[in-house]
Amino acid sequence: MKLTVDKLAQLRDELQAQKAAREGEARAQVTVHMGTCGISAGAREVMNALLDALRERQITDVRVTTSGCAGLCSSEPMATVQIRDAAPVKYVDLSASKIIRVLDEHVLGGQVVKEFALAVGSERIA
Amino acid sequence: MFESTSHEDRAGQATQRLHLMVCAGTGCVSNNSMKVKAALEEELAKHDLTREIKVVATGCNGFCGVGPLLLVQPDGILYQKLKPSQIPALVEEHLVKGRPVEKHMYHPPEGEQPVPLMNDIPFFKKQVLITLRNRGLIDPENIDDYIARDGYQALAKMLTQLTPEQVVEEVKASALRGRGGGGFPTGVKWETCRNAHSEDGAKYVICNADEGDPGAFMDRSIIEGNPHSVIEGMLIGAYAIGATRGYIYVRLEYPLALKRFQLALEQARAYGLLGEKILGTDFNLDIEVHRGAGAFVCGEATALMASIEGRVGEPRAKYVHTVERGLWNRPSCLNNVETWANVPLIIREGAKWFTKLGTGDVSENPWGGSKGTKVFSLAGKVNNTGLVEVPMGITLREIIYDIGGGIQDGKKFKAVQTGGPSGGCLPERLLDVDILDLEVDFDTLVKAGSMMGSGGMVVMAEDDCMIDVARYFIEFLMGESCGKCTPCREGLRNMAKILKRICDGEGRESDIELLEELGHAMMDGSLCGLGTSAPNPVISTIRYFRDEFEAHIRDKKCPAGVCRELVEYSIDSDRCNGCTLCAQACPARAIVGEQKQVHAVEQTHCTKCGACYDACNFHAVIRN
Ligand SMILES: Cc1cc2nc3c(=O)[nH]c(=O)nc-3n(C[C@H](O)[C@H](O)[C@H](O)COP(=O)(O)O)c2cc1C
Repeated sequence: MKLTVDKLAQLRDELQAQKAAREGEARAQVTVHMGTCGISAGAREVMNALLDALRERQITDVRVTTSGCAGLCSSEPMATVQIRDAAPVKYVDLSASKIIRVLDEHVLGGQVVKEFALAVGSERIA
Repeated sequence: MFESTSHEDRAGQATQRLHLMVCAGTGCVSNNSMKVKAALEEELAKHDLTREIKVVATGCNGFCGVGPLLLVQPDGILYQKLKPSQIPALVEEHLVKGRPVEKHMYHPPEGEQPVPLMNDIPFFKKQVLITLRNRGLIDPENIDDYIARDGYQALAKMLTQLTPEQVVEEVKASALRGRGGGGFPTGVKWETCRNAHSEDGAKYVICNADEGDPGAFMDRSIIEGNPHSVIEGMLIGAYAIGATRGYIYVRLEYPLALKRFQLALEQARAYGLLGEKILGTDFNLDIEVHRGAGAFVCGEATALMASIEGRVGEPRAKYVHTVERGLWNRPSCLNNVETWANVPLIIREGAKWFTKLGTGDVSENPWGGSKGTKVFSLAGKVNNTGLVEVPMGITLREIIYDIGGGIQDGKKFKAVQTGGPSGGCLPERLLDVDILDLEVDFDTLVKAGSMMGSGGMVVMAEDDCMIDVARYFIEFLMGESCGKCTPCREGLRNMAKILKRICDGEGRESDIELLEELGHAMMDGSLCGLGTSAPNPVISTIRYFRDEFEAHIRDKKCPAGVCRELVEYSIDSDRCNGCTLCAQACPARAIVGEQKQVHAVEQTHCTKCGACYDACNFHAVIRN
């Protein structure tokens, strides 16, 4: 493919997704707790559902990370959502469908999903 | 043939949430980083994580002393000294369970706590990246990674908004000076070349990637990590000058750099960024790679051009400059790799942005200061060796102590050698100022008696012998002198002979004067820069370390204990407790003595390697 000035600009824009993922320019961060307890309770499926949903929606500026056990093993799978400049929110007893609601309503929509939320502002994530 | 990633792939890649940036610079590769990469890929596949985690091979990260390196992005966590066998546990802990592994993180020499984030490590903190701005963040073998970080935007801006004259003016206003050694203002060179007449219209842009200085690897790292920045710089230069063809002269010993250049050229051609009708405009340029045969002198402009033409790589006298009559007698603009790599950002961000960094006032003329950054290869007796890019005007103290982490084993700083083999050695104190406070730029280094050169920086400690160091460089240059002119050929041979006899304890009273006389004759009479600058290491050492010369010549002593003919090892009978460590360490079995009895060195067998001196825990081995 031979580029023109316009096509170069377009290509650059298309590539921003990868750059954002790599360099961490994110509007929000979702941390899925992946301790042994989390994994055995289904954190893997939660993670996969989240990643698939982001891909489908072509969302590129939400960072997904993992962390260890959050200390509440009986409530796993858990995830923490942190929107830039807001207190983090922990969600408990998640499933594939629940994490998608969290994504759509909280991460993208800005409304905390109170039904699954454990606590607001209990800790900070760098 | 290069295939760009499809649109769908790009969208898919985007959701890979973690990128594992494995350093694939030459240093890390020789420490098995590609095996680390393979192990990572294998473990990720085992854990079914390939869809969400991507492994990328990057260019040199610069922190070469602690490779192989792995940077986890976007977290910014840096792991060091990785072995393939450690990867399964690392993947399990960090990537599956989200628990970063402290034991593979950087541990500061004096501190207890590991430093997880790359940008918190002092080695990286004080660096300012222009030419190395993409280091560790892109795959140098994929042009899309360069484009994602605004690559070729300067080219597009130039082709749509700037005339060639405006480009020349912008580069002149930036006061960019050549990074290959001479520090000549790049814009001035471009202007002369633009105005030079060519009988058939042909003009050339050439990239000097010969990098012959021993221990220097700035250019190699730029090419290996960011080859497109050099190509984009050359495209801009060619447009400004009116060049019709480009050449990259790479030394033979850089196979990886060569491969990356070739790949990059191929990918740029496939995208229409090289060749005819670049980006759909009327601008044409193609670039080809020429492999040098690894002769130091071929880095010199006229020798390099002779070598591209297929002639013997020897310099000629420069009554007529190469910007007027260079390659095939046509106007030719030769710039160094790092110089070219600075150009795209100057055009994209503007000269004003560039001149914010650095020293001096360049509003009147580009010689008024040193702007931008310089890449140094930091080597010798510092804790953190590697490649660093720092703003002009940074102090030696910041480079050696903050970035370099200070002198190894807590030893005392003695001198710093800058400017490559024909640079100079600067002492700890110079005219009553602490040399560490020197603000490094083109002019301060020359004033102090050394030079910037291409950016070699070797730090020396109390146990380095300055005569031995000078001798090393002179012997290197002697081997590399092409032999065409007598002052350089014979001057170096005789300097090497005199330095050898001084180190062997056979120096004569008049040797210092003889070295000075030889040096001045070489400076006056040599044909090219090799000969005229070759005496520098000797002349600067005589100037600053005359007492060390005198100790060798008059007292037959080497104060640093390096010159073997001038040292003698013995054992202090009051301190020796007969632990036998020295005898065990001695490879020549020259130490005798029973356990728990005082030991002694048999001088006839001693090879003066110093192993006993290092082995003794009681300071009982004496070096004289
Ligand atoms: C003996 C000798 C060796 C040189 N080797 C190199 C080299 O390896 N790389 C380089 O860029 N310049 C080298 N130079 C300097 C070049 O002649 C030339 O000045 C430089 O490439 C110009 O580019 P710049 O203005 O961008 O620095 C050498 C000069 C001499 C005299």
